Amino acid sequence: MTRTLKDLVPGEKARIKAITDSGIIRRRIVEMGLVPGMELTMERYAPLGDPIEVSSQGLLLSLRKEEADTIILE
Amino acid sequence: MKDKKIVIALAGNPNSGKTTIFNNLTGARQHVGNYPGVTVEKKEGWLKHEGYHITVIDLPGTYGLSAYSPDELIARKVIIDEKPDVLVNIVDASNLERNLYLSTQLKELEVPMVLVLNMADIAERNGMKVNYELLSQLLGMPVVRAVGTKNEGTADILDAIVSSFTGKYKPLPRLVRYRPEVEEEIEHLQKILYNSGGNSLMPIEAAASGGNIGHSYPLRWSIVKLLENDHELMKKTKAHPQSQVLLEQLEQSRKRIRSKLGDDLDMALVEDRYAFIRGVCREACQSHSMDRVSITEKIDNVLLNRVLGIPLFLGMMWLLFQLTFTLGEPLMDLIEVGFANLGIWVNGQMTEGLLRSLLVDGIIGGVGGVIVFLPVILLLFLGIAFLEGTGYMARAAFVMDEIMHKAGLHGKSFVPMLIGFGCTVPALMASRTLENPRDRLVTMLVTPLMSCGARLPVYTLLIGAFFAPQVAGNILFSLYLIGIILAIVMARVFRTWLLPGEAEPFVMELPIYRLPTLKSVLIHMWERAWLYLRKAGTIILALSIVMWALFTFPMVDENGNEFESTIVQVENSYAGRMGKVIEPVLSPLGFDWKTGVALVAGLGAKEIVVSTMGTLYSIEDDEALAAEEEPVVKSFAQRAREQSGYTPLVAYVLMLFTLIYIPCLPVIAVMRRETNTWKWPLFTMGYTITLAWVVCFVVYQGGMLLGIGV
Repeated sequence: MTRTLKDLVPGEKARIKAITDSGIIRRRIVEMGLVPGMELTMERYAPLGDPIEVSSQGLLLSLRKEEADTIILE
Repeated sequence: MKDKKIVIALAGNPNSGKTTIFNNLTGARQHVGNYPGVTVEKKEGWLKHEGYHITVIDLPGTYGLSAYSPDELIARKVIIDEKPDVLVNIVDASNLERNLYLSTQLKELEVPMVLVLNMADIAERNGMKVNYELLSQLLGMPVVRAVGTKNEGTADILDAIVSSFTGKYKPLPRLVRYRPEVEEEIEHLQKILYNSGGNSLMPIEAAASGGNIGHSYPLRWSIVKLLENDHELMKKTKAHPQSQVLLEQLEQSRKRIRSKLGDDLDMALVEDRYAFIRGVCREACQSHSMDRVSITEKIDNVLLNRVLGIPLFLGMMWLLFQLTFTLGEPLMDLIEVGFANLGIWVNGQMTEGLLRSLLVDGIIGGVGGVIVFLPVILLLFLGIAFLEGTGYMARAAFVMDEIMHKAGLHGKSFVPMLIGFGCTVPALMASRTLENPRDRLVTMLVTPLMSCGARLPVYTLLIGAFFAPQVAGNILFSLYLIGIILAIVMARVFRTWLLPGEAEPFVMELPIYRLPTLKSVLIHMWERAWLYLRKAGTIILALSIVMWALFTFPMVDENGNEFESTIVQVENSYAGRMGKVIEPVLSPLGFDWKTGVALVAGLGAKEIVVSTMGTLYSIEDDEALAAEEEPVVKSFAQRAREQSGYTPLVAYVLMLFTLIYIPCLPVIAVMRRETNTWKWPLFTMGYTITLAWVVCFVVYQGGMLLGIGV
């Protein structure tokens, strides 16, 4: 079972292994500074459950669960 | 002697404080427009510095220069086509490594650059030390320290621009060296392009003489982008008749790299860029534990709390709505009364005639109709500028996205749609907070379905006249609800059929909270108001005069005699004739030609629907519409019931029609201005009138069949 960013619970930390999407989502994510090898923390769910917020080295990022699912964790 | 001219472009990530620097540089000398054909905003300004006239282009905030997002495409198009003399790259010093990613991309465009480390105070407070000289050496460009919010470093930026322009800084040939496997192929492709005598170069518009002629693309950048399989460049290349050689070579190069790296080429390039940046930062910057987000996270623990998040958001929106309309409406009334009095005064000064009618009803009425929206626009954008400046707007999208996404919209669509309940004109302007053009367009198309304040008088009068007080509230509520439901349905329809395609990802930075400066809030507010007056205002005025003409001409009957009364005059006017022409279309909805005329008149502003009906059914007495006292309204209601012969069903259908059909002409004008084309306002007119007819037909015929309200 591969674990993706979607599976983290608030407060949990993990390292990015790969990003499966090959189009705009990955492009946007890496441009913003989330690249494989980087550690991130799942911060919270939005009040209605989606999207989620993650943090990584001073960056706060929100993304929908379907997008979080493209980020595979180590 | 004339000043020497420099054109600079400001580039940087969203939230890098680029706008603040832009304001510091240009002050009020700004001009806002649109890039041709797209809804991306183009901001320009100018200033003078040491004998130079400097034009500043503010590029859209971007994270990279890929062809995926319209903002990024435009940023790179401006840099390549308009060839600014100097590129000023604003970066958030407290988030340096990430912001430098864009810098490595910009650098490949081979334009002299200046790097501005903005918000240096925050970074320094967090324990960051930068060796500016070393950083400047490593990056091959002047590096300047700045604190935009305190107007620090502005003069240094200008000095660096001038020294870059005069060639004092010799830029490095390239910034990032990719891994050898990639560099080999870049070199190989370069050679092929040169050796083919320039023919293969043409496809990527890179001139054989070294990539510095006219609108040519920088060679190295083009090759890297082609290796990355950049949509736009690949399309351009393929379209060229002599691209065969290049495309074959490109494919082989990609294959060779893939076989050597066994890795995704795209990611390899990205990693090399970040590796380069990390190396530079390690040498030139010293940072202790970076804690830039800790305060922000504390605030977010409250504002984005799972329980409190939504109530706090709604409270914030309530404040925004109150600020805009509770404060704005008395001002609107004041302006209306002012223009009405001006009209009365002019009326008294002039003798009766066409000129007086044009001046009073056409021009004064039209100008008043433009100015009247100004208070709500100013107040709304005061609020929005503040919410955006603090960083809360991104949180609002975070909180609301789940609901809005289900409707085929974006989290940020909520604000314009909410404002739509007050007035559609500022609501459309508020849709600018949506970065993605498709999301923005869908939001603009459905916002007119939010029942605006001008429709309320129509509802209250008709409900008062035709419905019992016990059901009045439910009737009113049903209208608002139908508007919302239709907006959601239409949003889904447009998203699926009209503007299909890959959904824009909701990958959004939540910027750290800061207090915006008063100056930047005021500039933003003024910019919007001015844009409205200059662009939409002129269209609104012209359309008002057209409406006046439709109701005024012809002034005499075939025999040249004046009409015996206003009613007969209106009946015989072009608008009146239009009402009669469309009667067959309206009769399945239970309307007669008089209602048709009222609906035509309502195009000017929806509240006019009732006053025109008053005139046509001769149920109006002078005080009836103006006075607020209960008995007068009641007597109006009674007479309306008697004279019009409407059943409650027809009255309800008329309210529905008023809700859905063509938003008023000011809305059409603003939509023209915001989308930069007549296509979308015309489309909106078409779809709303069709939708109105269909919904009303179903309700009227259904009601007749079931015998409800007849």
